Amino acid sequence: MEYEIKPQRKFDFGMKELWSYKELFYFFTWRDIKVKYKQTVLGFLWAVLQPFVTMVVFTFFFGRLLNVPSAGLPYPVFVLSGLLLWNIFSSGVVNAGNSMVANSNIIKKIYFPRLIIPLSSILVSVFDFLMTLIVFVAVLVFYNITTELHIDWLYFIMLLPLCVLLSCLASFGLGTLLAAMNIKYRDFRYLIPFLVQTLLFVTPVIYPISIVQSSLVKWILSLNPMYAAIEIFRSGLTGVLPEFQLILTSVISSLLILFVGVYFFRKTEYYFADLA
Amino acid sequence: MKPILEVINIGKKFRIQHELKSYLSLRESLMGIFQRKNTSYEEFHALEDINFNVYQGEAIGIIGKNGAGKSTLLKILSKITPPSQGKIISRGRIASLLEVGTGFHPELTGRENVFLNGSILGMTNAEIKSKFDEIIDFSNTEKFLDTPLKHYSSGMQLRLAFAVAAFLEPEILIIDEVLAVGDAEFQKKCMGKMESASKEEGKTILFVSHDLNAITNLTRKSLLLKSGKFAGFDETPKIVEKYLEGDSGDKVYKKEIDLKKPLPQFISAGIKTSLPDDIHAADAEMEVNLQIYVNEETRHTSWLTVQIMDSMDRGCVHVSLSSLQLPLCKSKGIQTITCRFPRLRLYQGQYHFNFYLSGPPGEPIYEIIRNVCPFKVMIIGKERDWSYWPNECVYFEDAKWDLTKIAE
Repeated sequence: MEYEIKPQRKFDFGMKELWSYKELFYFFTWRDIKVKYKQTVLGFLWAVLQPFVTMVVFTFFFGRLLNVPSAGLPYPVFVLSGLLLWNIFSSGVVNAGNSMVANSNIIKKIYFPRLIIPLSSILVSVFDFLMTLIVFVAVLVFYNITTELHIDWLYFIMLLPLCVLLSCLASFGLGTLLAAMNIKYRDFRYLIPFLVQTLLFVTPVIYPISIVQSSLVKWILSLNPMYAAIEIFRSGLTGVLPEFQLILTSVISSLLILFVGVYFFRKTEYYFADLA
Repeated sequence: MKPILEVINIGKKFRIQHELKSYLSLRESLMGIFQRKNTSYEEFHALEDINFNVYQGEAIGIIGKNGAGKSTLLKILSKITPPSQGKIISRGRIASLLEVGTGFHPELTGRENVFLNGSILGMTNAEIKSKFDEIIDFSNTEKFLDTPLKHYSSGMQLRLAFAVAAFLEPEILIIDEVLAVGDAEFQKKCMGKMESASKEEGKTILFVSHDLNAITNLTRKSLLLKSGKFAGFDETPKIVEKYLEGDSGDKVYKKEIDLKKPLPQFISAGIKTSLPDDIHAADAEMEVNLQIYVNEETRHTSWLTVQIMDSMDRGCVHVSLSSLQLPLCKSKGIQTITCRFPRLRLYQGQYHFNFYLSGPPGEPIYEIIRNVCPFKVMIIGKERDWSYWPNECVYFEDAKWDLTKIAE
């Protein structure tokens, strides 16, 4: 094995190297999950409780008090189906964005492909998602029996992995971009939570996209990388197919952010140890 | 045979902003776009033109004062930071140990941390599993395996961290000054492990330490760095000698008075040896003369410590003038202090002084001057029937002997 350590390297995404470090990736993810729920009395129940309580609160304010339409679904089912994927994105972006700074002591002492760190933060949110999924299925079964929703379970199960993947891509793109920026400019520590909070309101989580009349506004909203995942996922419940053009816009926007994010991250990665 | 590591023209420069900041803020960068650049940058060469080759199985020491670029070199070799010029060709897997216990997490148990830390250092899961028992055995922490690390004593954490590192099996191992911590017994154990790794298992080791004894014991060749520049790559004893003579310091220490400094400061230090040319006869009287400038009277009476170090930078003599004895720094102006050693019984060899000026214990240190007033001790007038060998002992001690005859 022979290799060189040189100043300016030719750019590549370094996927091969990333793969060779898959065990470390596994350990980082495992550590983050373990540490997150250690010393908490409720442990993994937190991952279940949080979205459940949010669902109840949103149902009360948006569903009952504000009468937000819910695409023919009971409002709790509607909002939870959005929150489920939204949480992957929001906690993924926040954690990935802060991950490089949080692990700066390791970055300064050991070499490994740095992409592992934001990547494993996102996997932690996927783990939380799986916990939440239990609640969601329970809620779904409950409403299916009481209100006869007629869910096409097969279709729903087939769509699920696709939507999770789309959410991961969306959070990974923005997460890596923010992680790299955060190392350079610590302002991002304050910007990230604010950004994610704002994004929640321009994503059809608490309201259906159908309440928007103007097609221009619809198009702008679909630039949101999470738009596609949530709309596709909901279509599995409502049976109404989403507008293909808007989905495509969202996916392209998501891939574009992913590319820019990873590119910027890889470009600046070499200097992280000097800046951190 | 091709060298396992070729370091070619390696250099690293940093741009230092005059207002030193560890990170940028976005606002400043944005402002920078609109403002004319008036922040001045200065280029700082942490390393310049470093060249050396390492062959498989060699243990190489890296010596240099603080700021000589040792750590930067190690960071470049470990790929943590890129060089700004030159290149390194490596023909083996490099593992670096710039710190012990990198990535240790206080909430995780000892067992979990072994796996995490091992993985961070580059071991595979299977490797860690197969060596797990040995690691725990080496660290002596089996009782606490399932206790969170935060309940460990710092000594135990250190032992566990070392144990993981000791079982690393790369072709090239890079070790920064990590042995400086930990108790003496454990240090010895680690040194032994490193020695066997390089001498028996044929691992290549690059080793940074301020402990010249450790370097001499472990390595045969060494690299000397002097403020970022290459200053020699040769057999370790030669390099150690070069390092020590290179900064054998000023014979007489003298400094201009810094009027802006409120704390007491040394302005001169000198010694009177029993013979000319800074040669001192063992067992003769030595006089040390110090001048201290006091700008502002200190609240407490100051303490002065005089330390004599040998050529390996080990302390040999350590005496203090404490607050109860003389009113040091209790009045403004220049104070002259004389310290006499009526019989300086150091063994033959090369020595130098360190001086410390501070408040009483718990108060801050005002000034330290190191590595000044070198002198050489020769054994004169104490001839014996056989010759005195170097490093036989550190100092002469009086001894009384008795011989008792037990009945025939």
